[in-house]
Amino acid sequence: MKISGKVVVYNHDNISTDQIIPGPYGYIQDMKEMAEHALEGADRTLRQRFRTVGNIFVAGSNFGCGSSREFAVIVLKESGVQAVIVKSAARIWYRNAVNLGLPVLFCPTLPESIKEGAEVEIDLAAGTICEVATGVIHKGEAPSDFIMGMYKEGGIKPMMRKQALAKRD
Amino acid sequence: MAMHAVHKMLAAAADKTEVRPGEVITAKIDLAGINDVYLIVVRSFKEMLGEKVWDVDKVHIFLDHNAPASDLKVAEAHKAFREFAEEQGCHIDDINEGIGHNLLPERGLVRPGNIIVITDSHTPIHGAYGAFAAGLGATDMAAVLINGSTWFRVPDVINVRLDGKLQDGVMAKDAALYVLGQLGSEFGTYKVIEFSGSVVEALSMEERTVLTVMATEMGAKSTYIKPDKTTIDDIRRHTDAPFVVHETDPDFKYAEEYVFDLTNLKSQVAVPHSVENARDVDAVEGIPINQVFVGSCTGGKRYDIEVVAKALEGKKIAPNTRLVVTMATKDVLKESIEKGYYQILVDAGATINSPGCGACSGLLGGIIAAKERCVSTANRNFPGRMGGSVEAEVYLTSPLTAAATALTGKLISYNKL
Ligand code: SF4
Repeated sequence: MKISGKVVVYNHDNISTDQIIPGPYGYIQDMKEMAEHALEGADRTLRQRFRTVGNIFVAGSNFGCGSSREFAVIVLKESGVQAVIVKSAARIWYRNAVNLGLPVLFCPTLPESIKEGAEVEIDLAAGTICEVATGVIHKGEAPSDFIMGMYKEGGIKPMMRKQALAKRD
Repeated sequence: MAMHAVHKMLAAAADKTEVRPGEVITAKIDLAGINDVYLIVVRSFKEMLGEKVWDVDKVHIFLDHNAPASDLKVAEAHKAFREFAEEQGCHIDDINEGIGHNLLPERGLVRPGNIIVITDSHTPIHGAYGAFAAGLGATDMAAVLINGSTWFRVPDVINVRLDGKLQDGVMAKDAALYVLGQLGSEFGTYKVIEFSGSVVEALSMEERTVLTVMATEMGAKSTYIKPDKTTIDDIRRHTDAPFVVHETDPDFKYAEEYVFDLTNLKSQVAVPHSVENARDVDAVEGIPINQVFVGSCTGGKRYDIEVVAKALEGKKIAPNTRLVVTMATKDVLKESIEKGYYQILVDAGATINSPGCGACSGLLGGIIAAKERCVSTANRNFPGRMGGSVEAEVYLTSPLTAAATALTGKLISYNKL
């Protein structure tokens, strides 16, 4: 799986789900409307930058710590984010991302050096990110075969639907 | 290969004789819980073409995070949950019952060896009973409702040994905050944190759950405290259902081990805006506090209410300070009435909500304004946690420190009163 695009960089650690989508918005049932508040507790300009700068989001370590709210993945997807590159992520947030088919790559070096708006090419299965302008390649952690399998299906929903339909036949 | 008790539970749930850390397994689920924030579970269940939940006895819905409904959107979500429970025939605890995490052990539904998943990040709390319990997202949960199983990467186990003896006035919450201050909020990510040592053995079950619930803030996937007489006696008070206690092999090697002697530990506070900003309360004593919140799955249980009520008996909270008390469950509320704690709290000037998560979730029942400071017995002090204002400050403490602070209007440990 290859993904390319320009990066929006917010290299801070411990961005919690409360910051990605504050709790009180959790009852909004329309996800587009909820996504208007994406990352509001961290930096209000980020959402705009996904429109104007790029769709690959780069952040620091322990991204998505805190509550189990899946909205913290949904609002990123709804904001147009195509992939997330972080130094590390909290377990439930990562699991939600995999389930919802949002590619996440763990890379310790890229968030430190990459500049906002730079173009990158991600090879998810290989766990690498190439900076297009310089050709510099960052080595991240490749997802396990199991996780890649989930990504290939587009996440858990399409997988379950397929199972259910197969059973009906 | 030497296995940890948690690995044996996971192996049993996956119908295997052995599992190794790193391996991905499919485990059968003993209990699946859904809280009222995640109506999306129901939506995803339908989108996955789910028809019937796999086992109605094992599915529990808790209307606890935003109860009673604070606005129309919440009321609609609660209504949809009631309809789903009715249609499926699964359990639902309505707005009068309290916090799911605390209801489960009250009903004897958390037992050693159980595999528990709940759509809530504080699910690791149940490791205090020797269960394997992990939080799941909503769509993940929808798949559990259909399959009765889910995938886990078998985690490594870390041992946090707490030696020595806690002094009077020092609580499990202080121990948990201290560990966070020492090891940070990430050391347990993807791992099981076991708590052991003389401090843990001496704690009641309620106090043990304070350690395991705070392990969520340490990043833990799940937790473990070896079941002992305290555990078994507690479970037997609530149920006579059978369970298996798996033993850790004597030659099992922990991925990491940390040892702390807590004999000289003083009351701790995690100052804004991170749980790892722990220090002695004495070091920051005197900070003026607008509101004290006593509540949550961490700090609103029987014992918490008891110690706070006893500290406030015959006294009044300081002017310019508010004390919001939200008891964890209906049983805690009933006991507080029976034992006179409710009266003491009201006389002291407390505002008492109905049982549930209350202000802990920042959704209702004691939200604080920008630039206000709140001392809280709950478990998170992230920006915006208590109601959306990232400029509000939350200080996490033990219930005793919270009581002392309510009396003086300034941050202070109970032992300094
Ligand atoms: S009391 Fe707080 S931490 Fe516990 S389940 Fe409720 S919102 Fe979560």
